[in-house]
Amino acid sequence: MKTENQKAWLFVIPVLALVAFNALIPMMTVVNYSVQETFGNNQFFWEGLGWFEQILRSDRFQAALGRQFMFTIIILSIEVPLGIIVALSMPRKGFWVPVCLVLMALPMLIPWNVVGSMWNIFTLPKIGLLGYFLNDVLGINYDMTQQPISAWITVVVMDVWHWTSLVVLLCYAGLVSIPDAYYQAAKIDGASAWSVFRYIQLPKMKAVLTIAVLLRFMDSFNIYTEPFVLTGGGPGNSTTLLSIDLVKIALGQFDLGPAAAMSLIYFAITLLVSWVFYVLMTKDDQQ
Amino acid sequence: MAQITLSNLKHSYYPNPKGPDDYALKEIDVTWRDGGAYALLGPSGCGKSTLLNIISGLLTPSEGRILFDDRDVTQLPPDQRNIAQVFQFPVIYDTMTVRENLAFPLRNRGAEPGKITQRVQEIAQMLDVVEMLDIRAAGLSPDNKQKISMGRGLVRDDVNVVMFDEPLTVIDPHLKWKLRSKLKELHQRVQATMIYVTHDQTEALTFADEVVVMQEGEVVQIGTPVELFERPQHTFVGHFIGSPGMNVLPCQAVGDRAMFEGHEVALEGPVTGDGGTLTLGVRPEHVAISDRGVPAHVTKVSDVGRHFVVDAMVGQTPLKAVLDHDAPEQGSEVRLSFKPAQTRVYRDGWIATQERAS
Repeated sequence: MKTENQKAWLFVIPVLALVAFNALIPMMTVVNYSVQETFGNNQFFWEGLGWFEQILRSDRFQAALGRQFMFTIIILSIEVPLGIIVALSMPRKGFWVPVCLVLMALPMLIPWNVVGSMWNIFTLPKIGLLGYFLNDVLGINYDMTQQPISAWITVVVMDVWHWTSLVVLLCYAGLVSIPDAYYQAAKIDGASAWSVFRYIQLPKMKAVLTIAVLLRFMDSFNIYTEPFVLTGGGPGNSTTLLSIDLVKIALGQFDLGPAAAMSLIYFAITLLVSWVFYVLMTKDDQQ
Repeated sequence: MAQITLSNLKHSYYPNPKGPDDYALKEIDVTWRDGGAYALLGPSGCGKSTLLNIISGLLTPSEGRILFDDRDVTQLPPDQRNIAQVFQFPVIYDTMTVRENLAFPLRNRGAEPGKITQRVQEIAQMLDVVEMLDIRAAGLSPDNKQKISMGRGLVRDDVNVVMFDEPLTVIDPHLKWKLRSKLKELHQRVQATMIYVTHDQTEALTFADEVVVMQEGEVVQIGTPVELFERPQHTFVGHFIGSPGMNVLPCQAVGDRAMFEGHEVALEGPVTGDGGTLTLGVRPEHVAISDRGVPAHVTKVSDVGRHFVVDAMVGQTPLKAVLDHDAPEQGSEVRLSFKPAQTRVYRDGWIATQERAS
């Protein structure tokens, strides 16, 4: 027998309220700002889609977006393969397992602005350990406060240091879930080490790898704190990623309308790319 | 195809085994004839999987040798032994099609494409999976997956031995007997030596020509299913095989008779040796209700369909009997007689009566 009543809604209300206050209402405020112009005094004027058009056409936004994509592509193409390699070379059982896991988790436990400060001090040309070593011992001209290339390398290396562990830990979780019988069967079937990786380990890691790539994409695309503390977006605008630029417009220039429009565009791009990633990586499972 | 000889085989998982308790396998000496179907039967933890892994080369024994025909393979890795193994959980390569799965062992060994196509087709026909050849193996049901992992073993025509490590564990009961008879049929067709590890007596007895019963790292009896049932060499075999298992009762020996709870019981023959603890072994199937015999109190009668299982107490000792018809009432007093030719005395677990020459 099936009884129908509306009690279930009671259980949904707390969640609805929570989501409303932490996501929907702030989001609608942003939407509200994005279609209006304000000169202070709480006076607002209707702007329509003008800010969106202005942002999308501006060279400044396009340059920041380009830098943002370049950054994300570079760190994904380093962190994902590197993470897989490290996960494969970690021991599966014994004394060293917890040691490796803790060492791997350490960088992720450090607060983000501390990571930025650490790398800033570490790489400063005259006083930083790495900066001093590169310039004065190896004789390599390196200055992340002056040269865009040096700044980029430093930002990328910092992110790899900070976040490769996430890929490693997720892949490792996938690897240890493979029963021994698979390796034994592969041995008996005469499979090479590459075949074992290609036909056993990679397929079994696929689910966690999808999550790892998605997480790393979203986090790196929205990255703010570490590069802001490390380079402040400089030298010049060379490491001004989208979020840094957004904060400059919203809080530096206090252009609420354009900043709101930019936020929405930013959000839409993140959502769209994540969705495309997800669809591409899971389309084989739909068969 | 090969004859398999295990000679003085011992294995311990400890680097420096001290006593016999440190050994997972204690002294195994067995010869398995080329083309035979064998079963390794025993409870969990008896060492049967260890033995299987030693034969396949996944483990190197602490002591002793393994010979395939006359070749010593003790130190060879699995891929050089030309063996096939089917595991408890079906192992298939998820991203490959069924066809690619079957071809994988041949491809790894560099077989020519024409030969691969032909062998895969043959094996697929044998296993009834021809219509599945081009679908992804990941989507198959467990029994078909298990068939494919079997097929990967059989696809090579040079396999010495095919080993099965409890292969029907994850298969639905109604498909179990189907796959089991498929296995039997395959054995008759390919004529390879097959070793089947299980703790299920029905599987072992239906599959094998000869069953090796193991307990705590030791082989307790090797024999045909009939031999194991009719004349168990050890109380463990008697108890483990049969449903319910053999009655193992405390007794004393008096010449060629036994005293059980103060009653004289006739045996199959004279008792040999002395010392040790004696027990009387008689299968429930050979216990009958009669006018004479030991008095017993019936505690429970279960109708299991084909026959009745009667639980009775003789003095302080529980006893089971299997009766085809005329089961007594629960709570009634009866007299039970044991069939002399099937009643034996065991000394410290091992058989201690001589079979009377007939």
